[in-house]
Amino acid sequence: MSTTTTRGVASPAPAKVSKDRPRRGLRASSTFNFWLFTGPFLIGLIVFVFVPIGWSLYLSFFEARFTVTPSEFVGLENYRMILSDTDFRNSLVTFTVFAAFIVPTTWAMSLGLALLVNRLRFMRAFFRSVFFLPTAVSYAAAALIWKMSIFNGVRFGLANTVIGWFGVENIAWLGNPDPPWYWLVIVTVRLWLQSGFYMILFLAALQNIPRELYEAAAIDGAKPGWQTFRYITLPQLRATSTAVILLLLIAAYQAFDEFFILLGKATWGMPPLVELYKMALGENQNYGAGSAGALVLTALICLVTLFQGKIMGFGRGEESQ
Amino acid sequence: MSAMRNVNWDRRTVLRAAMGMAAAGGLAACGGNTGRSSGSGDSLVQYFHAYGEAGTEQAIKRYAKAYKDANITTQWITGNNFEQKLFAALLTKNAPDVFEFHPQIQLIKSGQVADLTDIIEPVKSDFNQADITSHTVDGKIYGVRMIDDPQFFFYRPSVFEKAKIEVPQTLEELIEAADKLTTSKVKGAFLGNDITTVQNPLIWSAGADTLTADNKPAFNTDAVAEGLTQLRGLFTSGNLLLDSPTDWWDPSAFTQGLTAIQWCGMWAMPAMIEALGDDIGVFPFPKVGSAGKQSVTNGGWSMFVNAKSENLEAAKAYVKWLWIDQKKYQEDWALSYGFHIPPRTSIAQSATKLKTGLPAEGVKLFNEFGHFDNIGWTQAMIAAVNDVMANSVRKNADPKAQLATAEKKVDAELKKLFG
Repeated sequence: MSTTTTRGVASPAPAKVSKDRPRRGLRASSTFNFWLFTGPFLIGLIVFVFVPIGWSLYLSFFEARFTVTPSEFVGLENYRMILSDTDFRNSLVTFTVFAAFIVPTTWAMSLGLALLVNRLRFMRAFFRSVFFLPTAVSYAAAALIWKMSIFNGVRFGLANTVIGWFGVENIAWLGNPDPPWYWLVIVTVRLWLQSGFYMILFLAALQNIPRELYEAAAIDGAKPGWQTFRYITLPQLRATSTAVILLLLIAAYQAFDEFFILLGKATWGMPPLVELYKMALGENQNYGAGSAGALVLTALICLVTLFQGKIMGFGRGEESQ
Repeated sequence: MSAMRNVNWDRRTVLRAAMGMAAAGGLAACGGNTGRSSGSGDSLVQYFHAYGEAGTEQAIKRYAKAYKDANITTQWITGNNFEQKLFAALLTKNAPDVFEFHPQIQLIKSGQVADLTDIIEPVKSDFNQADITSHTVDGKIYGVRMIDDPQFFFYRPSVFEKAKIEVPQTLEELIEAADKLTTSKVKGAFLGNDITTVQNPLIWSAGADTLTADNKPAFNTDAVAEGLTQLRGLFTSGNLLLDSPTDWWDPSAFTQGLTAIQWCGMWAMPAMIEALGDDIGVFPFPKVGSAGKQSVTNGGWSMFVNAKSENLEAAKAYVKWLWIDQKKYQEDWALSYGFHIPPRTSIAQSATKLKTGLPAEGVKLFNEFGHFDNIGWTQAMIAAVNDVMANSVRKNADPKAQLATAEKKVDAELKKLFG
């Protein structure tokens, strides 16, 4: 029994009214429809993505302080400056630490949630929605909740109340970088925000694993639980896992909101985008160096993605697994 | 049946047309929304940071509405990075025509703010002369001061009495007081969540200054380094309120009893008096080391005109109308919401609300210990010292090395500005 037939039976019959009418209008002007649907998106893409990228490239070769229409050509000076800037290099270290925390935890958490929800016999839709809901919350709003109510430093903050039950002193989670508790705040807020989304991806993949594999495994004597998970489920999820890890890495590279809101005027824990924001839009307003940094970052993301694709086989297709 | 089909067909056509229009509308909206409303006369946009006191936003909009010669749109900027939003906006076509900020010379050197000498000159003698000085470069005046905001420590005399503490005269005494006042529920002192708000008073109270009179860095002294070490001690003592849900400019931490002493501004006095009655006192930032003198930050906000505005003359006319001519509004702005000291002597003299009690004490500290803005001390220099506070107070970096790094950065900025 393939899934397609089940779906065909389950889906509601199409409305009778339109049955005898060929949908001529739609078919005849498919070119028009193509541009109608892709046009706005394409124009948006050009105006808001490609033009700014091109402009960044242009700016990165100029001395552009306090202006975005510079005139003084400086060649590769901005690139030299940004690559020798310790703050920028530190931000790459910060990113690496952050990615090392957030990518595995989100991967494990969303996979775990997907497995749990997939095994539910009732209220599955409810839990699926509940776990997915945080995805709809903005990073800024969530970061403020984390900062002001959960991880504030006063005695009635949620986290301090909980550790207070065990007789632990109040902790200034964000104010005091020693020990670096701020990582806990930053990682948990993102974990909460993005796990639900990746759970849905894993859930879809789990439901695509053919039943026969599990049946065959059971006949061959594989024990349900860990053994089946390790040798059937996990390998079958390989393509999804690769995609999830890739998406998580890119999302981590783009991290900005929660760092910006939670850490404020700190000099530590600044990922690349916050560093570039400070450089381009902060007090210095050095758009040339900021653009050079942005392009260096883009090149890095491309490299990492290609490298990851090479070792994990992203985009190689089903047959090669 | 056929009627239904017609309806069906119609719906599809209508939907398609609607989609097309929506797409076109969406595109038309790109770049079209400048925050200006079209109407008769000139349209001006003004930027304000979000004041915390109730009624302030309505007040600013009310004044703007009363102006007949132009349409004024107000952008009320929330968040704690007003300066970054302002600086970025000033580079674009959507830049505000009129905005509030602090006097900083890079805005003048880069040609971003207009010379307002002609509108201020006739009433120059009515302004607090320190406010004129802080807005003047090479004889030209670049901004109209709206309000002066002294910042100092607030405490409750009854609490001090109970703990048998005198008002701290030195930083050691402040740290000692914080220690004595800390209980399981109340922290001794609150200097803001990132401590940067006391960076200037720390420098002044240590007998140093941000810059010398001829614009050389003057903050890298042994006394300032010693003060930073003392603050580091306070930071790690557990007597300092950290990560408060509200920051230093909001009186809540003090009025709700989270802290016994708080660094805050004169604007918060009405809210504090409402919460705590007359059991409130103020004192300046205490002496740091032996050579220092107590200090108070005389902050505040001024109105500037964007020199690149297409409606430069209209913008100047509006600023003149509201912040030079309309004394009634200026008084309302300074005294009806939070308390601010009016920079106009004529208004300050008739401000009865500031003549007695706690506000009068605030005015006294303003006059006796206050340090006004230095126009040469720019955002980039402020940020350099912010880093010193973060690294040597919140982190354990060596204050002397940090001050030296900041001095280098400030020097580089000064070179760019003054050659």
